[in-house]
Formats: sequence, structure tokens, C-alpha cells
Amino acid sequence: MSEVFATDVAIVGAGPIGLFSVFELGLLDMKSHLIDILPKAGGQCAELYPEKPIYDIPGFPIISGQELVDNLMKQIHPFGPKFHLGEMVESLKVLGTDQRPLFRIGTDADIVIEAKAVFIAAGGGSFQPKRPPLAGLDAFENTSVFYSVRKMEHFRGRRVVIVGGGDSALDWVLNLHPVASRITLIHRRDAFRAAPHSVNAMRALVGAGAMDFVLGQVTGVKGENGQLSALTVRKESGDVFDLACDVMLPFFGLTMKLGPVAGWGLNLHENLIPTDTEKFETSMPGIFAVGDINTYPGKLKLILCGFHEAALAAQRAFHYVYPDKKLTFQYTTSSTSLQRKLGVG
Amino acid sequence: MTKVTYIDSSGQARTVEAQVGSTVMETALRNSIPGIEAECGGACACATCHVYVADEWTEKVGKPSQMEEDMLDFAFEVRPNSRLSCQIKVSEELDGLVVTTPAKQG
Repeated sequence: MSEVFATDVAIVGAGPIGLFSVFELGLLDMKSHLIDILPKAGGQCAELYPEKPIYDIPGFPIISGQELVDNLMKQIHPFGPKFHLGEMVESLKVLGTDQRPLFRIGTDADIVIEAKAVFIAAGGGSFQPKRPPLAGLDAFENTSVFYSVRKMEHFRGRRVVIVGGGDSALDWVLNLHPVASRITLIHRRDAFRAAPHSVNAMRALVGAGAMDFVLGQVTGVKGENGQLSALTVRKESGDVFDLACDVMLPFFGLTMKLGPVAGWGLNLHENLIPTDTEKFETSMPGIFAVGDINTYPGKLKLILCGFHEAALAAQRAFHYVYPDKKLTFQYTTSSTSLQRKLGVG
Repeated sequence: MTKVTYIDSSGQARTVEAQVGSTVMETALRNSIPGIEAECGGACACATCHVYVADEWTEKVGKPSQMEEDMLDFAFEVRPNSRLSCQIKVSEELDGLVVTTPAKQG
């Protein structure tokens, strides 16, 4: 059974703009839920450049990606947003009308969120595993090529090839070693980014003849009906050989893809979502797009522009959430009611 | 002005002017060179600005740093002359530099 939540606004993406949307919505008495595929809030700021200084956030001559995220989390705390992390938004059902929108969003973790408005703040898209550019690879994906391990039992007694040199690759070498019939690690160089103790443990297994390590790169896949039979591997020496196997687990990091949102029926332009510049609403009433994911004449992919977009989109969302209420514009510096919401009044 | 030539995987060459101090990645984006994505915007965090440095330039361009070498693990078809173009700074010494972009950035 799916777990069902009801809220005012569902925010897709917990990067800086998704987080600040909580603030702007919260000032207008709208509650929100955020969904993000990453296991933590912060989006690219936290995942790609947590330590990198940003110089163009108004009021901060210099601030790191992680500091910005930490500050935003503090800023939205009074509004008690609910986070659904490590989940990918998949489905969207339109339940309401254009005047009174109501949406039902489903995630891959079987969570359902009903909301009166949706903010897509998905940045460059959702972080997804990089797929090696091997001809014919897609025929084997999810049958004998996997980018994550959900059930270790699935690999029992099978010949497993793991490709990569980071923590994911090394961790799965060590975890699957007792389960698989044979593990082979393929990496392009004899140096690893992974934790030294994992590397040492792997080398000990190789030394004991309990697994194999191949210095090289995968250049082809072989098999039929979705069942892998061998990988073509080019060794560092230039020699090419076929390595018989049942399963391949490539770990080449993450890339950003628009993902299932592309199938929601919104107008798209080169994987971006066109919006107006008054409300930042998409072609579907009640669905807004803010931050790097949207496009309009003059669009700049800057965090500060995303903040502005979130503020304006929240004004329009108010009318969907509270169709009978009048919205009066107020400043946090002087409005006692806003200050009460922020817990400072 | 210094010049950089980008050759795509089909062999088409594009020569553009590059500002000294800018990176080979920035120069590519500024000139709409195909085959360089630079998803992370130059933070050495994504390996989608992977290029192959022409043999005659590898010595002058130099070797990747440890951090870049680590990030190259996320690229595909890595060769001894692989570099991340966001980590190559254009200098007068590199005037005429030639790099090839891979068929796919991943």
C-alpha cells in the first residue's frame, strides 16, 4: 500500500531553489513537501560543489555551497517542511481543474503526495547513474546490467563484474564477494578513490586468489535476450579479450537527466520547461517551474534568479491553495503576522 | 590572441580564439563547441568536459592533478592523453592547442 500525504505544495527537488520555495510559500501560509532523488538536501550545491565558494549570492561576498544549503535549511526551519529524500518522482495525476488544481504525485518509493500546486525545482534534472556508452547496452539493463544493488541475493552464484574505482565499486566488491560465484573488478588504473581500508581488503582478496582485478576498460557487451554472456575488455597493455560473466555493475558516478518529469505532458524546450515571467507557471495551470530547470527569454541560470522566481510563483500558488482569500503583500521587517510565522514575533 | 582547435569525434575541426587565463572548457562553451557538456560548470566534479589532448601538445599541457585523475574515473574511453578541459588554463604557451572531444561525455 502506498503511503499518502496531503499538503499544499509538492516541491520536486531539494536544491537551493526548492528549499527557498518552502520559505516563500511558508510566508503565505502554504505547507510543502519536498522530494529529491539524493539522500540529502542541497542538490548540486551539496552534491557537486559543497566546498566551492559562490560569489554571487546577494549579501554574501563569499559562501560555500554547503554553507548556503545549511543557511537555507535554518531559514525554512520555522515552516516545518517534510522531506522525502532518496526518492525519485515518477508519476503525476491531474485530479482537479484548471481553476482548482489538484495533483497526485507518486515516487519510486511508493509515496503518494496530493497537493494543490507543484513546484518543479529540479535544477539540471535528477542525478542518475552514468551509463557507459557501449553499443547495445540498453538490451541488458535491469536484467544483467545494474547501476545499484537492491537485493544482494539476486547475485548469488553468479559471475559478477564490477567496473569503477570509487567507494561504490569497492564497497560492492567486498559486499558481494561472499555471495557471487566469482567477482572481477575492472578499473582503468591501479589507483582508487575509495577508502584505503576497502582498497586494502580488495587487494588482499586478489592476493589470495579469491577474486580478480583487471586493469583496463570495458569496450563491448555480448549476450542475448537480455542475458549477458561476456564483456569485451581492453587491457592497459592494449590487449583485447572477452571476459565471461553473468552480471555487470558499472559505477561511473552520477549525471543529471530530466527523468520522468519529461513524460508529464508539460511543454518542453530542449529538456527545459518554458514558463511565463510573471508567475513562472508551466503550460499546466498549478504546475510551476523555478530555478535552472525553467527557461524564458533572458533566462540566467543563477541561484539568485531562482530565488526571485520562487517568490513570484508562490504569489500565484496562493490563489490555487486559498481560492477565496485575498493576498496582501507584506514585509518580514514590519509585518507582525509574518514575524509570528517565522517564530520571531 | 591565442587559438584553440577542437576536433569532434567525426573529425570536424573548429578553431576559436581563446582568452589567456580562461579554461579550455569555458572557451568551448563560449563558442558553442559541441561535445563538451560541463555539467558542473567547471568545479572538476563531473567529468563531462573530457577531451583528448593532441599528442604534440601533451607535454606542454601537462598531466592531470590527483583530483582530476580521480574525476577521470567517471569518464569513458579514458586514454593516456585524457584531460578534463575545465582544468586546462589557456596560456600564450598553449597558442595553437589541439584537443579532440570524445563521442560521448557519458
